Amino acid sequence: MADNNEFPPLSNDGTKNDIDDDNVFASAIQEHNAQENTSSYNGESTIYAELPKLSLRDTVSNNSISIHSNPADLSDLVIPILDPMNIDIDDLHDVPISDNLISNNIKAEIVDEVSNEYPDIFIEIIVASPQKVGDGIGAYVAYKVETKTNIQIYKRSCFGVNRRFSDFLGLHDKLTEKYLRNGRIIPPAPEKSVIGTTKIKMSGEKCQEQNYGSSEFLERRRAALERFLNRLAAHNIFRLDPDFKEFLEADIELPKATNTCALSGAAMMRLFNKVGETVNKITYKMDENDTWFEEMVNHIDSLDIQLRSLHESVETLTNQRKELAICTGSTARSIAVLGHGEPGASLGRALAQLAETLEKIEIVRKAQGNSDLYQFGEIIRDYVALIGAIKDVFHERVKVFQNWQHAQIMLNKKREQKARIEQSSRSEKTSQVATEVIEWEAKVDRGQEEFNNISKMIRIEVERFEIIRIQDFKKQLIQYLQMMLQHQYQLIKHWESFLSEAKTIA
Amino acid sequence: MLQDGICDTTDIINNLSTKKTISNESSLENNDKALQIDISDALSEKDKVKFTVHTKTTLPDFQKSEFLVVRQHEEFVWLHDRFEENEEYAGYIIPPCPPRPDFDASREKLLKLGEGEGSMTREEFMKMKQELEAEYLATFKKTVAMHEMFLTRLAHHPVFRNDHNLRVFLEYDQDLCVRGKNKMEMFGGLMKSFSKTKDEYYLSATVKDVNDFFDQEMTFLTQYHHNLKEATSRADRQTAKHREVADSYIKISSNLLQLATTDTGKLEKMLTKIAETFEKLRKLEARVASDEDLKLSDTLRYYKRDTSAGKRLLIRRLKALHTYETANRALEKARVKNKDVHAALEVAEAEQAQTEACSKFEQMSEKGKEELTNFKTRRVAAFKKNLIELTEFEIKHAKGHAEILNKCLAALQNE
Repeated sequence: MADNNEFPPLSNDGTKNDIDDDNVFASAIQEHNAQENTSSYNGESTIYAELPKLSLRDTVSNNSISIHSNPADLSDLVIPILDPMNIDIDDLHDVPISDNLISNNIKAEIVDEVSNEYPDIFIEIIVASPQKVGDGIGAYVAYKVETKTNIQIYKRSCFGVNRRFSDFLGLHDKLTEKYLRNGRIIPPAPEKSVIGTTKIKMSGEKCQEQNYGSSEFLERRRAALERFLNRLAAHNIFRLDPDFKEFLEADIELPKATNTCALSGAAMMRLFNKVGETVNKITYKMDENDTWFEEMVNHIDSLDIQLRSLHESVETLTNQRKELAICTGSTARSIAVLGHGEPGASLGRALAQLAETLEKIEIVRKAQGNSDLYQFGEIIRDYVALIGAIKDVFHERVKVFQNWQHAQIMLNKKREQKARIEQSSRSEKTSQVATEVIEWEAKVDRGQEEFNNISKMIRIEVERFEIIRIQDFKKQLIQYLQMMLQHQYQLIKHWESFLSEAKTIA
Repeated sequence: MLQDGICDTTDIINNLSTKKTISNESSLENNDKALQIDISDALSEKDKVKFTVHTKTTLPDFQKSEFLVVRQHEEFVWLHDRFEENEEYAGYIIPPCPPRPDFDASREKLLKLGEGEGSMTREEFMKMKQELEAEYLATFKKTVAMHEMFLTRLAHHPVFRNDHNLRVFLEYDQDLCVRGKNKMEMFGGLMKSFSKTKDEYYLSATVKDVNDFFDQEMTFLTQYHHNLKEATSRADRQTAKHREVADSYIKISSNLLQLATTDTGKLEKMLTKIAETFEKLRKLEARVASDEDLKLSDTLRYYKRDTSAGKRLLIRRLKALHTYETANRALEKARVKNKDVHAALEVAEAEQAQTEACSKFEQMSEKGKEELTNFKTRRVAAFKKNLIELTEFEIKHAKGHAEILNKCLAALQNE
């Protein structure tokens, strides 16, 4: 616990980082500690008997800080604190993992969460005008984040700030630390791209050729960031989170999030963690007693596979459509040359017109490619990432389950020990063992409670995700088809205007 | 698998033949119907295509008024070469020889498809195969059309249609025993074409054309041929890309269907509908590609060949001019040499040679001028026809696209 006090991972990040900002090393060391802390906890919880202690109290105490500022969190947090009192310790073995009470209530709660998201609440975020700041290796791109809202906790209804990409990643990390353990699905931030970033850093203002590729990269990222923020804003917990609020509202430069850098020590640690977790995921097979979860895990897995392959095909289509546009353009140019050398005046004119028409078609095809990418491909990609986030919470649940089971085993051991001691009637040790048993009983209790809570929360979150996904898919696909339709109308228009010209050839 | 793909297409070809005769007749309308030739049937075997050439005629030189013969590509080449070699036709544009049937691209793709069979579902595979077969069929149709075009042009030509070799080609119901070129001949052909280009350079460098018309035509045709070549290759690349776009719809459609089976909830119906739409769009997109190929690329390609035939006419004329000038010089020399001799034999001979060369050149120039003017009218008319057709197809297909999309959207929004 001493360790825990020294490093409170969630509380008052702002002030702490303000100090750290000047001292790069200090913050790096702290990050390092943090990573070590969690990694040992994640990987081998069976070895360190004390570690599970961290879990519940940790989250409770940290979140209780935010409760003061954020009443909305209360509903999530009050339950874990109060409920343990009501459960009889001896009943532990009989408690089913998912109780019927929860499953009955879940539907209603989801409806509450999704459709009844306070119809009068409105928040819309636009990420605009990426601008390169600085030059060389220290250069970065700043995005203007503009928010319009009527939520009371925001000071104004319309405001904007400048944020850089790592700020977005920092926000995502903060939210992950805070909410993942509760079973919330945190919408993933766009991936870091070393190549894309380097290109931007290296590209001078002059070379337009190179800038074409990077401007596409920037637009893609900008759109992804915008979707990321709006996904957060659509969630009634995240949109009230103080860090989210600060991100949108505080017109100051946010403390630099060191651990988001792709090549930092923290990233290395994270990589190790990830490897550890993956090993854990593969080696530890939890027996699932909850059919809902069993089905959902399978469903999510197959969705993952399908969406990935769909994304791949859409990517192919996008590339081919863009190449087709380029080919059309070069055909247009060679037809123009042909028309220029044509001695027959009317045919020459018609060929020139044809070249012009083909140029217009090139533009339409480029637009088609963009719509393939932004209205279809990127949505699918987002959902691939979101499914990754769901897998994360599923995994988090497995970890909680592991803790609980471990506590259960320890409790049984201690009970046996107690029984043995009582038989040998050595009274001096009895009291110590008895307290240990009580301690472990409490831990089992908490473990189970935590497990039930995370299971319930995940159910709510996943059901919410599914509802939103269905709506979103419908909306996006219809928009995409409408766009395709528009493009066809444009083609008709262009060709029709050429037809009259073709008929005048004499 | 390769075999059965080809067999399939052969069946379709048989059904196709009727349609073609109709289209052919319409193009004949403004010509006299003394000699009508069409390819009524074609059969694709392993590496050769057998064309059934059908002739209907009122010309007295033919023995019957209607007959059928089976000809192969090599025999077409033979016929073309006879025309090319004939001195009498030096002043005419010889219709370009049809290109060799080339299914290598399709075969290669089919082979590749067979290799990649494991990486796709059965349905995707079947669709890809269908798509390829359609492409193969299109290539086949095009080949047949090109061969037919060659014969039709000969038949419509007032001079060529009376050619003896053409008559043999059309009438003789046995194999013409033209074998394909062996290696030695191929090499010889290569040398010949090499020396031909050398001649071209030599002539254009040494012989100064006195006639502006031909001089301009030469410059124009050279440039125009170059432009057409460029445009053809660009248009071809565009078509190929367009086909790939259509192919990538297959994958999307099948992925959407698979997703629909996973997503049995509310999205199933919608995803299935969109998958169907993509499938329909794919077929249409492939049609757009093949129509662009047929109407744009092929027009460009044909006139690329035709301009080069025109260029050859100009070169033949330059050669004749060269002969004429040489004859002039020889005559001059003979006169100087035999100044004192009365009515020297040498001078008379040179005079005769000079007169012959002169009249030949004059005749050629006259014919050539006529031919080149005709060529221009023909080209403009063909471009007009094909460009209008291209545009009409494009509009039709875009409208088809729009209709499919509208139906799909209506269905989705009604849900």
